[in-house]
Amino acid sequence: MRRFLSAASFFVVLILIWQWAFQAKIWSPVLLPSPMQVASYLKNAIEDGTLGHATVITMSRLLSGYFFGIIVGLPLGLLTARWTLLRDTLGTTALGLQTLPSVCWVPLALLWFGQTEAAMLFVVVMGTLWSVIIATETGVRNVPPIYRRAALTMGSKRLHIWLKVIFPASLPFIISGMKQGWAFAWRSLMAAEIFVTILTGFGLGQLLHYGRELSAMDQVIAIMVVIVVIGLLVDKILFSPIEKFLHRRWGTSQA
Amino acid sequence: MFRHRTGSVVEELQLVPPSKLAIENVSKTFRTATGEVLALDRVSLQVNEAEFVCLVGPSGCGKTTLLNIIAGLEKPDSGMVLADGKPVTSPGRDRLVMFQEPALFPWLNVLGNVLFGLKLKPNLTNKDRRNVARYYLELVGLTRFERANIHELSGGMKQRVSLARALAPNPRVLLMDEPFAALDALTREQLYGDIQQIWKARRKTIVFVTHNVREAACLGDRVLLFSPHPGRIQEEFAVDLPRPRDINSVDLAGYATKIMRALKSFSPERAAAAV
Repeated sequence: MRRFLSAASFFVVLILIWQWAFQAKIWSPVLLPSPMQVASYLKNAIEDGTLGHATVITMSRLLSGYFFGIIVGLPLGLLTARWTLLRDTLGTTALGLQTLPSVCWVPLALLWFGQTEAAMLFVVVMGTLWSVIIATETGVRNVPPIYRRAALTMGSKRLHIWLKVIFPASLPFIISGMKQGWAFAWRSLMAAEIFVTILTGFGLGQLLHYGRELSAMDQVIAIMVVIVVIGLLVDKILFSPIEKFLHRRWGTSQA
Repeated sequence: MFRHRTGSVVEELQLVPPSKLAIENVSKTFRTATGEVLALDRVSLQVNEAEFVCLVGPSGCGKTTLLNIIAGLEKPDSGMVLADGKPVTSPGRDRLVMFQEPALFPWLNVLGNVLFGLKLKPNLTNKDRRNVARYYLELVGLTRFERANIHELSGGMKQRVSLARALAPNPRVLLMDEPFAALDALTREQLYGDIQQIWKARRKTIVFVTHNVREAACLGDRVLLFSPHPGRIQEEFAVDLPRPRDINSVDLAGYATKIMRALKSFSPERAAAAV
């Protein structure tokens, strides 16, 4: 409760400073709207369904691409760790492409797929895939060999070892890779949505883009807040419980 | 506690005949950065049913290698290991290993670890498996900790879980690789008592690797002294003391001194030759 109160008062103070900056007219009100203006935009956007609609569009692009990336990336990562040939080829490719900022996939995606959902999906998958492959491979290669040996003596073999020993043993690495993949995918999707209008659905990035076109600063800031909140929620809902479980089991943190 | 056992649990907990091991002319060479090392040089050894044999020697004498070969985790360059007359070619749950570092799985809790090997045994229901696992946890005195995470246990408790995990699939042979080396003296003494009791209760053939001479004299029916470079069995001592043995007893100290003297007699010279 005390932690909640101190966090809440921090944000209240932040908004008060914002309000003060607005009233002191340090910047033109066109450039810095008041917290109330942003809030009222949010209220309207929620009420007329714009925001909900855009969030659903964006999240469905993100989640479908993200889970596709994981479903493909995990086995590829395991295979890459298993076979030297794959490590030298796919592993190196993944390492290289992971260093490529995932926004850089946007031009290619547009030329290949046009202004379609497929282009969006492609960008998200590219953001996710390489991180997951690399994290999985690193995780597998960091599994202490003694786990494998112990499992072997107990009668565990090939596939069973992979599923019941090597995979769970590399989970801490895999989860952090999934988190990184998530961050990359989220960023690249936003960039893609801001760059291009996809007629099949206006996502949050597009709302942000039109905010700028219309010089509607309240809209720009409101959408940014929404994007931040979604990021936080995903962290709290998707990753936090898994990370807490891992920390508790492995004893890697007191939190 | 186990009044309501189902038929198959009773069956599963029944004693299995301990194995007789025959190690015949086993040699093993390792390639290292500084050249080839003959870890084992034509080592032969018989271990009888339900015998407790300790392998003692300085580090690098190949005793752990021999244990791994018996486990089937490593292959000898020549020679063979027979368990009840059958050649050992791969790991198998009739010969379970307890490692020096607790090789417990951190993603499973205590019960989950003990269940790991049992889940690989067919013809048991999950309830039976849990009951069998709990029986062994009780045997090592950790009933209260079945839900604990591995990192929450002390070193001694971890090795108790390792022991329960190795015992649970009811192997015929227990291979122990310096299992108590990393523990404090007090915990170790407790475990010496426990392991002797469990060995008597469960009738296993045990091959126990250690560099602690006193420990070997306390636990073994026989103590085999290994010399390094190349790894060979140098001498054999039968420890003829009643059980359970107390590590601090005077008689035991006598044996330990004798073994230690033998160890010293070849160690420095061998070490010098190796340099």
